[in-house]
Amino acid sequence: MSTQQKPVGSLGVAMKRKEDPRFIQGKGHYVDDILLPGMLYLALVRSTYPHAEIISINVSEAMKVPGVKAVITGKDLDSAGLGWLPTFHGLDKQMVLALGKVLFQYQEVAAVFAETRGAAADGAEAVQVEYKPLPVVADPFTAKADKVILRSDRERKTNHIYHWEVGDKDATARALAASPKRISQRIWFQRCHPAPLEPCGCVALFDTMGRLQFHVTSQAPHVYRTALAIVTGIPEDKIHVISPDLGGGFGNKVPVYPGYVCAIVGALKLGRPVKWIETRTENLTSTGFARDYHMDVEIGATPDGRVTALHVATAADHGAFDAAADPSKYPAGMFGVVTGSYDFPVAHAEVDAYFTNKAPGGIAYRCSFRVTEASFAIERAMDILADELKMDSVDLRRKNLIRKEQFPYPSPLGFTYDSGDYHKTLDTALEKIGYKELLKEQAAKRARGELMGIGVSTFTEVVGAGPSKHFDILGIKMFDSAEIRIHPTGAGIVRTGTKSQGQGHETTWAQIVAEELGLDPQNIMVEEGDTDTAPYGLGTYASRSTPVAGAAIAMAARRIREKARKVAAHLLEVGESDVEWKDYQFQVKGVPAKSVTMKQVAFAAYTNMAQNEPGLEATYYYDPPNMTFPNGTYVAVIDVDRETGEVKVRRFLAVDDCGTIINPLVVEGQIHGGLTEGFAIAFMQEIQYDNEGNNLNTNFTDYLVPTSLETPHWETAKTTTPSPHHPIGAKGVGESPNVGSPAAFVNAVIDALSPLGVRHIDMPVTRDKVWRAIREAEARKTQS
Amino acid sequence: MKVNVKVNGISYEREVEPRTLLAYFLRESCGLTGTHVGCDTSNCGCCVVVMDGDRAVKSCTMFAAQADGHEILTVEGLAGGGQLHPLQQGFWDQHGLQCGYCTPGMLLTSYALLKHNPNPNEAEIREGLAGNLCRCTGYQNIVKAVQQAAETLRQPVAAK
Repeated sequence: MSTQQKPVGSLGVAMKRKEDPRFIQGKGHYVDDILLPGMLYLALVRSTYPHAEIISINVSEAMKVPGVKAVITGKDLDSAGLGWLPTFHGLDKQMVLALGKVLFQYQEVAAVFAETRGAAADGAEAVQVEYKPLPVVADPFTAKADKVILRSDRERKTNHIYHWEVGDKDATARALAASPKRISQRIWFQRCHPAPLEPCGCVALFDTMGRLQFHVTSQAPHVYRTALAIVTGIPEDKIHVISPDLGGGFGNKVPVYPGYVCAIVGALKLGRPVKWIETRTENLTSTGFARDYHMDVEIGATPDGRVTALHVATAADHGAFDAAADPSKYPAGMFGVVTGSYDFPVAHAEVDAYFTNKAPGGIAYRCSFRVTEASFAIERAMDILADELKMDSVDLRRKNLIRKEQFPYPSPLGFTYDSGDYHKTLDTALEKIGYKELLKEQAAKRARGELMGIGVSTFTEVVGAGPSKHFDILGIKMFDSAEIRIHPTGAGIVRTGTKSQGQGHETTWAQIVAEELGLDPQNIMVEEGDTDTAPYGLGTYASRSTPVAGAAIAMAARRIREKARKVAAHLLEVGESDVEWKDYQFQVKGVPAKSVTMKQVAFAAYTNMAQNEPGLEATYYYDPPNMTFPNGTYVAVIDVDRETGEVKVRRFLAVDDCGTIINPLVVEGQIHGGLTEGFAIAFMQEIQYDNEGNNLNTNFTDYLVPTSLETPHWETAKTTTPSPHHPIGAKGVGESPNVGSPAAFVNAVIDALSPLGVRHIDMPVTRDKVWRAIREAEARKTQS
Repeated sequence: MKVNVKVNGISYEREVEPRTLLAYFLRESCGLTGTHVGCDTSNCGCCVVVMDGDRAVKSCTMFAAQADGHEILTVEGLAGGGQLHPLQQGFWDQHGLQCGYCTPGMLLTSYALLKHNPNPNEAEIREGLAGNLCRCTGYQNIVKAVQQAAETLRQPVAAK
């Protein structure tokens, strides 16, 4: 055979997923599926108050409940040196169980261990806690006044956590002052929760060798291992973290939670395996929430619509502990991407974060760190500017989009955008949606008093954290890794430091190996989530898997290819320099007829390697030289019922540029899913607290997840601008749709309402908010 | 108390606490962990199984005792004779799942739906699945999966 066909399932092929057969047959292995002999169940007692002193905790009734084995409190943990646990970036600490007082409703107060799930719950009910309520701080603006100081344990007696800023403050102020046109708007990105369908949980046990075996819903198992070693003092070699199949994560399964520490303590103390599975209510009320950014956005512009400056000042509500999931040196994550896809000459962004009596968090919910907030702010504000200038928002965008020839583009807030063709992506979207016809239809409808809206978002994301010179978590640089072993028969295994939660790594990682080595992806096994076997990595979140671990896989495969070249030279009886890798096989340069496949070389690497080192495996730790910048244009077409305020999404088109596509089936699936979560955020989802700090959205009857009925039909298309620095040109895609879509939805609603003079509605844009906006607008009209 | 439930054709006689939910009976007493639990309020549908041949029930909303003497079909009982059920094949072919957590409930709800309506249109499928939440797929490919399965199931058996 002179040339080899492109292997089925390699790059760009819509291969069916390899992991699916187990999921469709009920053979997935999630953490709650673990049943061990002698296993105890953990239930947590949680605070009913948002802010209160703990007068006493009485466990005697709980200990009488049949099956209850032990109850521990914060004092017990504190005396063992386990009272506190460091938060994600290590800049704050969080109580494992309440110490002296509680700081948010549903905070963990005591841990009950029992023989059955039911007995643990009964025991938790029987624990009596006496509280003395304290004044509540329910928002960052009240917190700022520092009348009530929430964290007396901290050196600085203030609710202010940090001030962060980037950009040229003075030049921005000057440019804004000099701008003939200016808009300003407060935009609140509400508190949401990722709510993966599988809640968080764990099983902890100490094996016969005294090693901790910790099965846990973790998006970052290696980071957990290191964090546990630091918190518990157990040597890291005595900790084995296993993250099994995860029923979604979306950022919620990145932090280490108090329940995990309690389960480990229980397993150690009682000498039996301990399982903790949170309920949905516990998930929504205590584990990592997202967003809660109050953003004051100002844009300056020339009368003909050229942007001159951007300033954003943000008050961030972090809850009771600073458990925001952001890299150590970036307390506000990648918020600096707030200039978006537009060529601002100057900009300044600042974030001030505050403690409040709410659950801790601020995790990256299906987005890179704080990118959704930034993207929503700029995309919404551009529409407000267009309205002010009486320009079509598409024309305003087109005028200010970064031009193709400007890449690599240095943004005024310090990023270097890798690549893109924003105008082409915009044009593709407008043509596909039929923008001109839609404008005509809208004009006709407006003349009849009907409310139709077209919302556009031309967003840029920044993902793939990240280069070691900038990014770390607890000091650990944000590289990722891959180890590949090719077996004698040409099958193989790839292991990475990432962890799929549904992204399809078992398929796409195999496709990268197949592409690089000319092997059958069906026989490349992928294993993740086991810290005993996988190379060290920082995990899967912030769209970093493909940009970082995906690159590591390609590079490890290329190392294998270099090693295989030596064996190929021996088989082809030529010098190594005479062998080239072409058409997925090794050939003698200029003599395609003389060739060997990787499969043949693999066999020889174990059977006939001559003087070469036996075996065929490689490991690569990839430190990305830059972030990647996926981008896209999204268009929403909606109709608003003037009488009821009901919004119907008639069409939604997503044109994404995520660079090289590994598997179009998987990419499309990711886009559908991300758009659905964006739709939910725009119209339905909010974790609300009342002024007294009570959580009002504690389950799925109050915290709304869209069903098949209200979810729109999604249309997708693509443009492809490969990332110039990524080995296969891929940029990552899972989060783009969640980042880019909320603004498109809200822009469409406001566009529909703009004839009435409505300028902004904060998310979630519920029917009653729309109805109210219409009524108020009509009342204004009647008055005038 | 003692309950006897026939699950996927096998009788399981087990001693349970009266408050045991059917979902936990299946998962922990029968060892059939394909049935999942995702909420406390009967909203998510991860726990849906089929009772007595054509009735989709949320097994977190029933006591095991209520299933005493009944027949239950779970995801583990869908495939037969070394062949995937057309619904399983449809979900795989159409990329109707990502994390897989909602999938068993989706499959069993669809199973009951197709028993009652072998040829549903998109609106009927979406309405039929409205009691099952999915956070990953956006439902579009799930609809396609059910359509594919419906078409397969409508083919005369002799054609195989």
